[in-house]
Amino acid sequence: MAANLADTTANDIAELANKKPRTLWGDAWRRFKRHRLAMFGSIVMIVITVGVLIGPYVWTVNREELDFTAIMSQPVANHPFGTDDLGRDQFARALYGGRISLSVGFAAMVIAVSIGTLIGAISGYLGGYVDEVLTFITNLFLSLPTLPLLLLTVYLFRNDVTAKLGLEFGMFVIVVVMVGVLAWMQTARIVRAQFITLKQKEFVEAAICLGVKRSDIMFRHILPNAVSPIIVAATLEIGNAILSESTLSFLGIGFPPDTPTWGRLVTDGSQFLQTTAHLALIPAALIFITVLSINFMGDGLRDALDPRSRL
Amino acid sequence: MTQYIIRKILVAFPTLLIISVLIFAVLALAPGDPLAQFALNPAIPASTRNRIREQFGLDKPWYIRYYKWASSMTQGEWGYSFSSKSPVINIVMQRIPQTLQVVGISYLIAILIAIPIGVISAVKQYTLFDQVATFMSFIGGSLPSFFTGLSFMLIFAIHFHWFPIVYSTTLKITDFVTLKQAINQMVLPVLVLVVQQTASLTRFMRSSMLDNLPLDYVRTARAKGLNDWAVITRHVVVNSIIPVITLVALGIPGIFAGAIITENLFRVNGLGQLLVTSIQSSDTPVVMALSFIFSILVVIFNVIADIMYGIFDPRVKYN
Repeated sequence: MAANLADTTANDIAELANKKPRTLWGDAWRRFKRHRLAMFGSIVMIVITVGVLIGPYVWTVNREELDFTAIMSQPVANHPFGTDDLGRDQFARALYGGRISLSVGFAAMVIAVSIGTLIGAISGYLGGYVDEVLTFITNLFLSLPTLPLLLLTVYLFRNDVTAKLGLEFGMFVIVVVMVGVLAWMQTARIVRAQFITLKQKEFVEAAICLGVKRSDIMFRHILPNAVSPIIVAATLEIGNAILSESTLSFLGIGFPPDTPTWGRLVTDGSQFLQTTAHLALIPAALIFITVLSINFMGDGLRDALDPRSRL
Repeated sequence: MTQYIIRKILVAFPTLLIISVLIFAVLALAPGDPLAQFALNPAIPASTRNRIREQFGLDKPWYIRYYKWASSMTQGEWGYSFSSKSPVINIVMQRIPQTLQVVGISYLIAILIAIPIGVISAVKQYTLFDQVATFMSFIGGSLPSFFTGLSFMLIFAIHFHWFPIVYSTTLKITDFVTLKQAINQMVLPVLVLVVQQTASLTRFMRSSMLDNLPLDYVRTARAKGLNDWAVITRHVVVNSIIPVITLVALGIPGIFAGAIITENLFRVNGLGQLLVTSIQSSDTPVVMALSFIFSILVVIFNVIADIMYGIFDPRVKYN
């Protein structure tokens, strides 16, 4: 009897030990899965990303081929998005444009989040005068007219940079750097707030006592604890960067005219709004769906990683 | 209060100064020689080019050039447009009213729509109204302005013919008919910005209300027998609106960006359209002036938001 009881207890313990423990990220994933719109957004983003990555290998129509038999065609089987005024296949062009939009969004996010994290971390951890100066700079950047400045810098630097790096890649570099440099402020504020709270925690005190280097405390001890809100900000930043790039292209200032970015497709198509509205509306809808899905994902991540915030 | 307002205005000047240095630095750092096109012209020898350079002060160090640039900017001497040869300040001044109209009207309408929706959404949290409003504001926040603009154009201008597609720049308001035309052609450009701004403001207002609703003062107000309407409007809304004002100020650069897009789409002859056409025609004096004007406008609107903050939040110390 007694041996039996000991057996079951031992079995239970063994069973528990074999069970995978619930991890922080496992919990977050469980909460994320419950957010239906975020799951919807993730699936859409996976479809779009995979689509623009392998799309051009599957849909082998040349995006620059002029099909004079089908000019300004409605969406049909061999031209799912129709054709433009030169008979170019809009689907092939949109697939290529999607690569640009997504890569600009991702690269600009990396720049913005890196600058923001660095400034926020220094400002929050060091405090004092350094904090005051960096906060002033952050607020100054927040009150800059972003789009006019973006237009101005692209205008000033485009000739030189594109001469050195090539038309498309040069433009990519300018757009990504400028969008990133004008978008780090939100991340900086979030990271600063996190660092101010976290630097008073016991684990930081312990690290200081052990004589850990200041930069190591900041980036190897505190930063991993502040990573959740940074992930949320980074996700939303991708969406904003995609919007900025497509706005530039829409205004005709950005990638060269024959590079079919989504924004450029919208501008080109908008001339024919009265006859073939889909030429402008399909790429515009692609931008909208992408940004919406990213925002849904950001919202879901916020619920999953930071259950206390409500915005 | 007057003191508070004056101080806020004074604080704006250093900000403007730094922004102007920033813009000037970007211009000065930009590659490319302004006299490059003369270098290709065999009729202009190098000595003449150097003389032109001296005459324009381009050989001076950057801080002297900045001082000269800033002092002539403040005196209203903004140079001449390359393309139209007329003084930049005249061109810009002609365009300012249209942009302020579009931006001002749409921001006002957006605030008037967003605050009640945000309030109701928060008070009736998780009801159908709240869910629809939250979902709509999410969609509105992700809509690129040019997508809303093109859709409105297609639906209301091309399909229903309710509003003109293109803004008429020659229209003068003389009587009732032209006034109606003037209003009609403003509707679509304004509506685009209203959609964009309402979305974010609704979300801010809702979450600010939700932060305030569970607080003690709300319970106290209820406990002393105030009815729901009075509790919400006289206590919770007044407190919730304060952080929203800061966010309104932060949204100002965004609304000017939206104005640039909607002006270009509907051919409204405002500053945004001028900026894009000047960039396309490489009209540097106009581009420079406009970048600075946009900064000034953003700073001015920020000061206004600060003053509003002072009016709404009695805790702000006036001295």
